[in-house]
Amino acid sequence: MKIRLKINGKDFAPHIYPSMILLDLLRDLGFKSVKRGCGTTNCGLCTIIMDNKSVLSCSVPAARADGKEIYTLEGFQDKAAEIAEFLADEGADQCGFCAPGFVMNVIALEKENPNPTEKEIDEYLVGNLCRCTGYMSQHRAMARYFAHKQKEA
Amino acid sequence: MFTANEYIKVKSFDEAYELNQKRTNKIVAGNMMLRLSHRKLNKAIDLSGLEADYILETESEFKIGCMCTLRDLEKNEAFAKCFGPDISEALGHIVGVQFRNSATVGGSIFGRFGFSDVLTYFLVLDTYVNLYKDGIVPLSEYAASDYDNDVIMEIIVNKDGRKAYYESFRLTDTDFPVISAAVGVHKKGRFFAIGARPAKARVIYADYSEFPEKLSPNEIASLAEYVSESFNYGTNIRAGAGYRKHIAKVLTERLLKKTGCEKP
Ligand SMILES: Cc1cc2nc3c(=O)[nH]c(=O)nc-3n(C[C@H](O)[C@H](O)[C@H](O)COP(=O)(O)OP(=O)(O)OC[C@H]3O[C@@H](n4cnc5c(N)ncnc54)[C@H](O)[C@@H]3O)c2cc1C
Ligand code: FES
Ligand code: FES
Repeated sequence: MKIRLKINGKDFAPHIYPSMILLDLLRDLGFKSVKRGCGTTNCGLCTIIMDNKSVLSCSVPAARADGKEIYTLEGFQDKAAEIAEFLADEGADQCGFCAPGFVMNVIALEKENPNPTEKEIDEYLVGNLCRCTGYMSQHRAMARYFAHKQKEA
Repeated sequence: MFTANEYIKVKSFDEAYELNQKRTNKIVAGNMMLRLSHRKLNKAIDLSGLEADYILETESEFKIGCMCTLRDLEKNEAFAKCFGPDISEALGHIVGVQFRNSATVGGSIFGRFGFSDVLTYFLVLDTYVNLYKDGIVPLSEYAASDYDNDVIMEIIVNKDGRKAYYESFRLTDTDFPVISAAVGVHKKGRFFAIGARPAKARVIYADYSEFPEKLSPNEIASLAEYVSESFNYGTNIRAGAGYRKHIAKVLTERLLKKTGCEKP
């Protein structure tokens, strides 16, 4: 079957098979920032933004992306570089495996709530597992990132 | 992930119901649970085109479409205003925001999972399931029934003045609960549900004639004891039966205090 969707602002009309998962479609189309970690909706590594909401692409049927607007990390290169600086400053990017999903979820949080409390930051980021940092450095990095954004605004 | 010969976006509940009568076809809601199965399906039945993701408030009830996501419900201010803010406590520990942006209320209720926070929470409110074929049935009845091929169209929660309070105990924040507990405070008495025992949640009722509206610390402890004794518990990888019973009592006591029932 054929679907039409927008990825990072560009139109695509790929052929998919009925039980294809969006993660596989995006990778087939060359969006390799989207990675499979657990494949069971637990780790957050496959996070993308679909119609302004963060979702786990390892569980979204590709057929459901028909007519949707999708963003992957490739569509947010400048923003990703900015967030990465805060992660680096706090030692929150160690092996880096969790970073693509983590950064996508930070971007989704910023879209939904540009002025989050510390509790709201934690609530949002709990869906991204990280085996290295123990989360405190990620939390500090995001608290500093959002404080910086508020100063800029 | 399951495989399917066809993926069909249905145009009506009628079509969904007809297709769902074949055992080789299956409804896809949020796909969070379904994607874990390795079944070979003939047709995957997608409900996402039915505009069933609504939360509607009328004078007497809330209607929640089967495709409403857990996240949309958790963030719905009108629902929280009517039944209390603990809806976000009930849903907010289920994996992560990205997960709850896809997982649906209909899929969660259909699953009748033992670990379900969703079921435990809704059982202490005056909740009904609106099924395509069987019509409107009380949630407590639906929860106790076997899986069949009917389709959940919406969940209905009556505005009967009840407020719901919710607590769960988890080994780590986004894991399944070891115990889930809810209290619904009504003008005549209290509804208590305990889930993840690990069997699925059930509800009991305690009238104010037995346990009055205002309670002393000792009375709170004995009501919590009564509630925890009213359910049976089992053992699995997360906890033993005895520990579950203990935690059920602790959570119930905390919940009662949260309801503000302590005598001055
Ligand atoms: C990793 C993981 C962790 C979880 N943790 C928790 C937790 O801590 N607490 C908790 O409460 N829940 C938890 N859940 C369950 C989750 O919240 C959802 O209840 C579950 O994913 C089902 O919702 P869904 O929309 O994804 O349904 P799907 O996976 O799409 O469907 C589930 C089942 O319901 C059927 N179905 C769906 N919609 C309908 C309908 N309208 N009518 C009839 N049948 C229907 C499907 O055919 C399927 O059999 C977890 C699930 C996973 C995968
Ligand atoms: S790969 Fe999707 S949540 Fe882990
Ligand atoms: S930095 Fe290694 S998993 Fe997060």
